[in-house]
Amino acid sequence: MEKLRVENVTKIFGKQSANAMKLVEKQMSKTEILQKTGATVGVYDASFTVNEGEIFVIMGLSGSGKSTLIRLLNRLIDPTGGEIFIDGEKITRLKKSQLQQIRREKMSMVFQNFGLFPHRTILENTQYGLEIRGIAKEEKRLKAEKALNNAGLLAYKDQYPHQLSGGMQQRVGLARALANDPEILLMDEAFSALDPLIRKEMQDELLELQANVQKTIIFITHDLNEALRIGDRIAIMKDGKIIQIGTGEEILTNPANAYIRTFLEDVDRSKVLTAEHVMVRAMTINVENDGPKVALQRMREEEISVLIAIDKQRQFKGYITATDALNAAQAGEKTVREIVQTDMPTVEPTTLIQDVLPIISDCPTPVAVVDDGKLRGILIRGVIIESLASATQEVEDHE
Amino acid sequence: MSNFLNQIPVLPVGDVVEDIMDWFTDTFSSVFKFIQTDGTALMDSVTNLLISIPPILFILLIAIVAFFATGKKFGLAIFSILGLLFIYNQQLWEQLMNTFTLVLFASVVAIIIGIPLGILMSKSTLADNIIKPILDFMQTMPGFVYLIPAVAFFGIGVVPGVFASVIFALPPTVRFTNLGIRQVSKELVEAADSFGSTGLQKLLKVELPIAKSTIMAGINQTVLLSLSMVVIASMIGAPGLGREVLSALQRAQVGNGFVAGISLVIFAIIVDRLTQSFNKKSL
Repeated sequence: MEKLRVENVTKIFGKQSANAMKLVEKQMSKTEILQKTGATVGVYDASFTVNEGEIFVIMGLSGSGKSTLIRLLNRLIDPTGGEIFIDGEKITRLKKSQLQQIRREKMSMVFQNFGLFPHRTILENTQYGLEIRGIAKEEKRLKAEKALNNAGLLAYKDQYPHQLSGGMQQRVGLARALANDPEILLMDEAFSALDPLIRKEMQDELLELQANVQKTIIFITHDLNEALRIGDRIAIMKDGKIIQIGTGEEILTNPANAYIRTFLEDVDRSKVLTAEHVMVRAMTINVENDGPKVALQRMREEEISVLIAIDKQRQFKGYITATDALNAAQAGEKTVREIVQTDMPTVEPTTLIQDVLPIISDCPTPVAVVDDGKLRGILIRGVIIESLASATQEVEDHE
Repeated sequence: MSNFLNQIPVLPVGDVVEDIMDWFTDTFSSVFKFIQTDGTALMDSVTNLLISIPPILFILLIAIVAFFATGKKFGLAIFSILGLLFIYNQQLWEQLMNTFTLVLFASVVAIIIGIPLGILMSKSTLADNIIKPILDFMQTMPGFVYLIPAVAFFGIGVVPGVFASVIFALPPTVRFTNLGIRQVSKELVEAADSFGSTGLQKLLKVELPIAKSTIMAGINQTVLLSLSMVVIASMIGAPGLGREVLSALQRAQVGNGFVAGISLVIFAIIVDRLTQSFNKKSL
């Protein structure tokens, strides 16, 4: 069921926003608008819908407009054009008091740097949303304590935010948002300030939480891994525009090429990855000894459908598929020599990832990494994209 | 060329200002008179109350407050005892109490006016643009100048002294309040907004508490500035330590001037350290 709908929303920063808006309607580009009017386009004609109980991830690099977009949803920033609907109600036309009501009852926000009030204890922070609504003291305390308890932080309720670690602070941020029992949770780079291990942990907790409470979550991130891990659907933003919306699977199998290129451009500047860096261990079968039954057994064990064929010297020979192995086994073949296919592309360990990408994107099988005829490993599309995403992120973190 | 310049008649700026002042004084004379008589009466009674406290009790009280306010350290407490005993010994106790009242009233009035003005400036760019140059003007103008309207409105005595001190001491509280609220991090303001806070809730529950230490620094400056007006205000008849300094100056009595001056410094140090430690404690 549709929970949130965004229709042609545009945000322009700067004095000439009215003029710039006309140019946006004429489909003029962001740079042209900047040159003509001096106004910056934060979000350019964004449209999407989010369903109830869905985790919708908006992903993009810094400056792509994703943080602006999420602030348009609760109108911390007012859109210059377009409409936003929550449960069919147009929130872009609400009066101030009605807007406050929506913010109090329907949506809570979690911030990148936690947004905890330094002068309030953990409990007082958690109570903030309830306090604003004028909830009675006892009920307020009970609800806040329950939220803290769910986050495993009840013991810290009388501490101040600066006494807690980053991960704990963000758990408080999340508990504060949930104490209000909102229908929509807006999470602005909520885990980006945390170190990688804690971040993974928090992602798991969020997924677990989502399984229990079924909120509608809008999650902003610049981390592709994170987006793939938690998003039911992902919207990718670049220069204020949404360039692709789809499930993680759809985005991986049919990536918007221009976007992957931007990733590569970013990576190239600081760090050049080669095939060797991102290859994984290959599951192999020895064409000289092993038969189809051994192949099937190994595939079952490793839960894969392709084995790389090598000889005793680990020389790369090709690959065999599960279907072929099964047919061969039923036909009573003793070796797999006959079913080895050789159309698997190979690259050197020193080949650059950007040269691997065009090969791997048109190829149904993994790509073998071969050094002087010898098999070193294989490249899998998902792993490559993941490593690119994390390399990009390292670049950003260093900036 | 110089002939040509001389042809321009002298612009009657001084006359105009004087006319305005006259009109002001005449029109609001009843208000001024009311403030003058009632204000004087109120301040006199406060001073009398202070004087009626036995000095030794007063000194001990200040020492105890100093001891706890500085985190149970003896430094300021001992300094307060010795310093205040010295002032008492020099027969300046009554003058000290007069000065105390003057500083107290000037600071309180400056804070009551200053904090709301600072809040207004932080919320409205228009108010910020209008008030900032006025504050600059107030701070660049020599303190003596404020004596003129003070006398015109209120005659001589302690009330015009407070009036001049308030004008002189007001700007830091206004500026620091404005600064403190503007410095509250954007994310915290957004957090407050995102939960649906009204403007007043945001101000009282988030902005003012977070800006508190900055505002307190401004108040500390305001108190010290009003203290520095004590000598100047004595020129228009405000009683207190300032008057002692002034009369020593007029009679070229170096010794008396030194004693009264040192007493003022002692008082200033105690007031400064106390207001500062209140600030630290609240962090």
